[in-house]
Amino acid sequence: MATALPSDESALLMALKEGDEAAFMSLVADCGPGMLRLARAHVSSDAVAEEVVQEAWVGILRGIDRFEGRSALKTWMFRIVANTAKTRGVRESRSVPFSAGDEDAPAVEPDRFRGPEDRYTGGWRSFPEPFPEQRLADAETRDVALTAIAALPGRQREVITVRDIEGFSAEETCNALGLTETNQRVLLHRARSRVRSALEHHFDAAGGR
Amino acid sequence: MTCKELVELVTDYLEGRLPDSQVEEFDEHLTLCEGCVTYIDQIRATIDLVGSVSEDNLPPGAADALLAEFRDWKLARG
Repeated sequence: MATALPSDESALLMALKEGDEAAFMSLVADCGPGMLRLARAHVSSDAVAEEVVQEAWVGILRGIDRFEGRSALKTWMFRIVANTAKTRGVRESRSVPFSAGDEDAPAVEPDRFRGPEDRYTGGWRSFPEPFPEQRLADAETRDVALTAIAALPGRQREVITVRDIEGFSAEETCNALGLTETNQRVLLHRARSRVRSALEHHFDAAGGR
Repeated sequence: MTCKELVELVTDYLEGRLPDSQVEEFDEHLTLCEGCVTYIDQIRATIDLVGSVSEDNLPPGAADALLAEFRDWKLARG
């Protein structure tokens, strides 16, 4: 997150309102990739996500003079992106089939646990294996995680992107995405569970047991 | 608390949103169950891994297009 400008949001906001180009480009560099990721959670392609973000920027610039800074600038900006993406996503879904996947799946497949006939009902049949530490930073591992995120249902993908990739707090995430705290947490839970599961399958398959 | 129940509560736990009584049960379960300790480690590793994602480049041309947008906006507002 390289910038020559003050990271203080109110200074940034003032600079933007004064038409400071360096401030604007710094904001674009800082937030642009995250905005793209968020848009991509709701639309069918990278190209459409780029259009959504361009559209969102138009909305942001239109609104910036009236923006009073009562909520954080970035939260407000991401909210505009989320709303723009959702509208576009809805319009798209009329022509693009959208598979929600199993939105309500449990965190871990039920057959990983002992059944009611077993003395230790609900216990692991066999313990999960720790992820191999030396492989966590591999590009391949990262790809597995990214693929898993890309395969998530839109709202789960949205939340894990804003919380865990962009690093927004729970409250900021709720404000940006228009979610209740509980709703946000449930979506985050499901998203993380799926990504963990994908990583586990990857390591099991690759490492052999 | 069973392992099957615990894995559904992990996010609430990490978010500090589990009621105190459940936190006690949760922690007690962890002292007895290596499987669940490993599971939580996996979740933490997942979060860290996801957090390290950074394809932090804009598509080519995007920055220029936005700067043009910004200049148009400045002109339009006078």
